[in-house]
Amino acid sequence: MYAKLRLYIVVILLLGLGIGLTLYKHFALGFPLSPDDKKSVWTIEARIDFAARGDPVIVSFALPPQTPGVVFMEEDFASSDYGFSELTSPSGRRAQWSKRVASGLQTAYYRLSMYETGQIAHPATAADLPPEPEKPEFDEVLRTAATTLLDQVRSKSANTEIFTRELITTLNSKAPSQNLSLLINEQSSEDYKTHLIINLLALEGISARIVRGLYLEDGRRRQSLTNFVEVYIGNEWLLFNQNSGKSGKPKKFLVWQRGDQSLLDVVGGKNSQISFSIIRNVHSTRDLVVRDSMNKQAGIIDFSIYSLPIEQQNAFKMILLLPIGALIVVIMRLLIGIRTSGTFMPILIALALIQTTLLTGLIIFLTVVGTGLLIRSYLSRLNLLFVARISAVIIVVIAIIASISILSNKLGLDQAMTVTFFPMIILSWTIERMSVLWEEDGPREVFIQGGGSLLTAVIAYLFMTNRTIEYLTFNFPELMLVNLALILILGQYTGYRLSELYRFHALERRNAAGKR
Amino acid sequence: MLLASAKKLRSFGIIGMNQRNFGLISRYNPRRLYPLVDDKLKTKLLAQQAGITVPQLLGTVQYQHDVKALKEILHPYSQFVIKPVKGSGGKGILVITEHDHNLYFKPSGDAMQLSDIERHVSNILSGLHSLGGKPDTVMIESLIQLDPVFSDYSYEGIPDIRIIVLRGYPIMSMLRLTTHASDGKANLHQGAVGVGIDIGTGRALHAVQYGESVTHHPDTRKTFSELTVPHWDKLLQLAAACYEMTGLGYLGADLVLDRDQGPMIIELNARPGLAIQVANRAGLAPRVAVIEAIKTIDPDPQSRAAFSKRQFAFDTDIHPPRLLRTRSDDR
Repeated sequence: MYAKLRLYIVVILLLGLGIGLTLYKHFALGFPLSPDDKKSVWTIEARIDFAARGDPVIVSFALPPQTPGVVFMEEDFASSDYGFSELTSPSGRRAQWSKRVASGLQTAYYRLSMYETGQIAHPATAADLPPEPEKPEFDEVLRTAATTLLDQVRSKSANTEIFTRELITTLNSKAPSQNLSLLINEQSSEDYKTHLIINLLALEGISARIVRGLYLEDGRRRQSLTNFVEVYIGNEWLLFNQNSGKSGKPKKFLVWQRGDQSLLDVVGGKNSQISFSIIRNVHSTRDLVVRDSMNKQAGIIDFSIYSLPIEQQNAFKMILLLPIGALIVVIMRLLIGIRTSGTFMPILIALALIQTTLLTGLIIFLTVVGTGLLIRSYLSRLNLLFVARISAVIIVVIAIIASISILSNKLGLDQAMTVTFFPMIILSWTIERMSVLWEEDGPREVFIQGGGSLLTAVIAYLFMTNRTIEYLTFNFPELMLVNLALILILGQYTGYRLSELYRFHALERRNAAGKR
Repeated sequence: MLLASAKKLRSFGIIGMNQRNFGLISRYNPRRLYPLVDDKLKTKLLAQQAGITVPQLLGTVQYQHDVKALKEILHPYSQFVIKPVKGSGGKGILVITEHDHNLYFKPSGDAMQLSDIERHVSNILSGLHSLGGKPDTVMIESLIQLDPVFSDYSYEGIPDIRIIVLRGYPIMSMLRLTTHASDGKANLHQGAVGVGIDIGTGRALHAVQYGESVTHHPDTRKTFSELTVPHWDKLLQLAAACYEMTGLGYLGADLVLDRDQGPMIIELNARPGLAIQVANRAGLAPRVAVIEAIKTIDPDPQSRAAFSKRQFAFDTDIHPPRLLRTRSDDR
């Protein structure tokens, strides 16, 4: 009773741990559950051009903030002979290039590789709280126009969000009223419009700030930043498109700068210009996450297979597939009741099949075992001692494999050269056993057991080569615990095997007939 | 229908391989006792100590260089059986029924040279037939003489009687008859006929070959309905006594009837198979349940055999205390 209870507790613990770790890695660290999960990685290059006047030069450039939902993979700064430092202040990060003397056209580059994750942005932190909006100073005419506009908009809106949206749409309306034309016209710059919106909101007592950002589109060059208005509503900042009034952060949009600091300051230079170009690359999500997690030194990743050298990782890719094979063997033997020659011989064949591909592997296997059996039947007439005979079979197997390799090479069949991946000792044992089986129980039993082994091997092969299974076993090794739990449960199975339903089928008929 | 429904099989009380391994073997047979039955020399010794008749041991060969002495050992005997001490499932057993100068004849009439026998012995020694391929010893036994009762029911071999003994009580039995297909071996999956034997009387109940019912011996064409195993009480008592002898709670005792010496034990098995259920057209589970319900085991093999005779006789219905359940079910 206790033994069973204990087993179930162990099974539940294993299942919980295995599935729990998997879910943690999926949801907290972002590991995708499918190998085909891909992400766009954006490489953004900012190019700063200016003409130096021969004086000391300081270039200060605002860098995009690290926000949740966006992962920066790599940042590069390049410029010839400039001193460089990255400064962090409450208002954001800035890059600073400096040089004692410079003249002529100068260029500095900033390159960023980033990708978006599905994570939701956190609510504003204490540092991100807005200051009281400063009442803007308008002259008399403008003030009247602004107040009238605000009254108009206010009457049409119920809350701050709608108010802001309404204000923006009104300002963008195709047929502006006279009032409106005083405040804004076709020639007004984007910056002017942003500030006007912020000022109008401030007049209404609403905190707002300017946000500059970049639309991420593949292959774009000479892009510039787009202005957005961010409004403090409720307890969070909400982004508004200043041309459409649409709220929320658009997809594929990188927030570059918040607040009214300058994007670029150049001291000792003139005609400064900044342009952005954007390239998109597609990367496997898994690679990105592993890299990111390694950088962050997330404990679960730091102490995982990923920390091993690539060669060992590849070895583990194979090793971690073995439990899948073991599970298949357990199922085939305990539930189906298939007889195999040697308990785990099918797994070894399956491993060899992985290297050789299915059809080639099967042909090679049958050729080697068939030829081996022929030669073995001759050996049995030589009256050899057992150990000597199995050793002789090993040599025969090696000779067969060598001849297959050489022959296939001459014939130009590259595939058949993978024959060397078959475990030779195991093949020899298989041949020896089959041959003894043949002598004692006849060819039927040989075909049953040989067929059973091959069938199990092929099923194990199909599972072990499944892309998703391969991916999951390697990237979520904790699933091995789930596998273990399954095997423990199967170890308790005392029901009939499928083969027994066949074995006893005659009995059922008799009993049914004999029943009164 | 090719497949039986699991539900029906369960209602007949058929025990499957998994349940046998889990609920019977691992439950009643401590591993440390296995060598007693896996090593046939040890079994023989134990049986002799317990006063049970066994085939006479003519000689053993333990080392490869002793193979040369084989000729000397075999010289006095015209009939003998060569067996691997640790063989399983009847593998590696060589029966010689006639010895003429340098030729040895198998029951089928095939002749063998001494060198053939020597090779067979070497194979056994190097572990070809032993469990796990471990080095083995060869034993040479006297040949069992066919009891005339079976002469009509056996072809080129000696039939044996398998009795399953649970906690010292015989619960099911079957007679295994050699056929031409089984090459004179009493091995069911090689084509021997399995005949379910009524524990109460020793009468034949039902026979199968290759899992299908048969009514006649395929070679002698003799019907099984007239077959009754003689010395039945003695056979049951011998089987029951194997419990004290080995300590194994679930075992299969293989017995034979010798024309001159009567019932004797040839082999014990700690992992008896399940084909016996097909031969008996009955499941083991109800009988297992009856025995498992017994609180204290009777120390006397004879009264245990008598108990089984009463309990498991064909005519009496079996009333298991808990309906068709073995103890392993409700763990």
